[in-house]
Amino acid sequence: MLRLLTFCSLMGLFLGPPVYAAEPIPVVASFSIVGDIVSHIGGNRVSVDTLVGPEEDAHVFDPAPRDAARIAAAKLVVINGLGFEGWMDRLIKASGGAPQLTIASMGISSHHALIDGNERIDPHAWQDVSNVRIYARNIADALIAIDPEGGGIYRANLSSFDDELASLDHEIRAAISAIPTERRKIVTTHDAFGYFALAYGIEMLAPQGISTEAEASAKDIARIIRQVKSEKIPAVFLENVSDPRLAERIAAESGARIGGKLYSDALSKENAPAGTYIAMMKANIRELTKALMP
Amino acid sequence: MRAGGVTNLASLFDLLITPFTDFAFMRRALVGSIALSIGACPIGVFLMLRRMSLVGDAMAHAILPGAALGYLYAGLSLGFMTAGGLIAGLVVALLAGLVTRVTVLKEDAALASFYLISLASGVVLVSLRGSNVDLLHVLFGSVLALDDNTLVLLAASASVSLLALAVLFRPLVLECVDPLFLRTVSKSGSLAHFGFLALVVLNLVAGFHALGTLLSVGLMMVPAFASRFWSSTLDGMIVIATLIGILSSGLGIVISYHAGTPTGPTIILSAGALYLLSILFGQRNGLILRLWPRKHLAA
Repeated sequence: MLRLLTFCSLMGLFLGPPVYAAEPIPVVASFSIVGDIVSHIGGNRVSVDTLVGPEEDAHVFDPAPRDAARIAAAKLVVINGLGFEGWMDRLIKASGGAPQLTIASMGISSHHALIDGNERIDPHAWQDVSNVRIYARNIADALIAIDPEGGGIYRANLSSFDDELASLDHEIRAAISAIPTERRKIVTTHDAFGYFALAYGIEMLAPQGISTEAEASAKDIARIIRQVKSEKIPAVFLENVSDPRLAERIAAESGARIGGKLYSDALSKENAPAGTYIAMMKANIRELTKALMP
Repeated sequence: MRAGGVTNLASLFDLLITPFTDFAFMRRALVGSIALSIGACPIGVFLMLRRMSLVGDAMAHAILPGAALGYLYAGLSLGFMTAGGLIAGLVVALLAGLVTRVTVLKEDAALASFYLISLASGVVLVSLRGSNVDLLHVLFGSVLALDDNTLVLLAASASVSLLALAVLFRPLVLECVDPLFLRTVSKSGSLAHFGFLALVVLNLVAGFHALGTLLSVGLMMVPAFASRFWSSTLDGMIVIATLIGILSSGLGIVISYHAGTPTGPTIILSAGALYLLSILFGQRNGLILRLWPRKHLAA
């Protein structure tokens, strides 16, 4: 953050009109990952208000009247799109305001996935870094459109953020290519890693028979162990098996490692390992490497 | 004809035995719950005969906060959760005994008051620390996740309670049939009583690692009730209750494997089914024998 501030104020020195004189532009981001991208591009020319904060679930977000007021106060609203924020249209209508709406995922090539048992467009496009580079460009364009004066700053921020994303993409590819090809597969309860799997070549299999929240039965456990053994899967990431003793038993019997936490659709709190988008992707790749390296 | 018989046998083998040969966690679940039945079911028979059937339930509630505190302090640590549960259960038993002796309250009232205090303070302590999602593990246990240490604990608890029961057997029997007589001939009555309550606590604490605090009472009591319909002697009831406990454990685990039902509750439901069958078909006071005594036997 501090680095960002220094960077931005330095940019301000070089680029003419002092930025601190202007009132920051109110921007609402639908959820934490988009919010992080917006604040990278906007710097301190914008104030980002994120509706669904870190460690909250945007799928089950329940807008309150307060959120409509936040939208009404905004000049720009940035959402992910692809059906991720089904509640946004109604919320904007209810707010009575008329902010610019930007869909960050515009122009990416989306694909379908089985989500909760239905074949739908997979909204979790940010799991592929090259998509987020498009997100960043879309967001920069939207900011320039409503604040042409800051155009220079936004473009400079975009180019430096884009460099960071490019090297992140490179880092992920390097990490994956270090893992032997036959070990690049995991079983995970997440359905949010379709883009990641496609972009970086890791096979992500859904576990058979583990349902959310219900207590695991002997049948469920037997199925997972059988699946892991027969497909020789080196690691399982079982977020739904919340009893660590059970996860240990599965690991002991199937020979697979139990992976740690993978972040899928929300950042963590700022001091935790996934406080920003880039940190989140790095945290995930660390967990994957730890679980998959022989 | 013969071939059909062989395939039937083979599919029965597939149904009942293969799950255990294929998966170590199934074997562990079976061994653990057999150990639990051997320790807890005889205790259940004594609780039933002494009209203390609900004491097990009260004790389970008293144990929960101790186990939860152990969990909050050290995470899912076998040692801390066991020690916490034992201490909480014994303290409640002792305090209840003390209040019964020095005040006008009867033992059931004293026990009820202390287990409620224990339960409430447990809930407060847990909520002070925030996350109570994990407390569900303590409540429901996980018979599918028994590691070596837990199995050793279950076996040790079964051994200790069988030995202790052997030592306490005479005074306990006397207290069941004629507590006043016991009081006139011996002072060991109250010692036996507390020793017995300690055994109840020990078995419930061992049980909650596998079945959770609330369901472990089920494996202790339900087979004991069922045994009442098959035997009228104490020895007979103890043996039959233990066998029913073991049978329902095996049944529950196998059904959970094939039907995909949660394992702990399925074990208790199996015991419940055996209990209902015992009520109907039991050789002693079973309903069907009682309603159609001769005709049924003749037919």
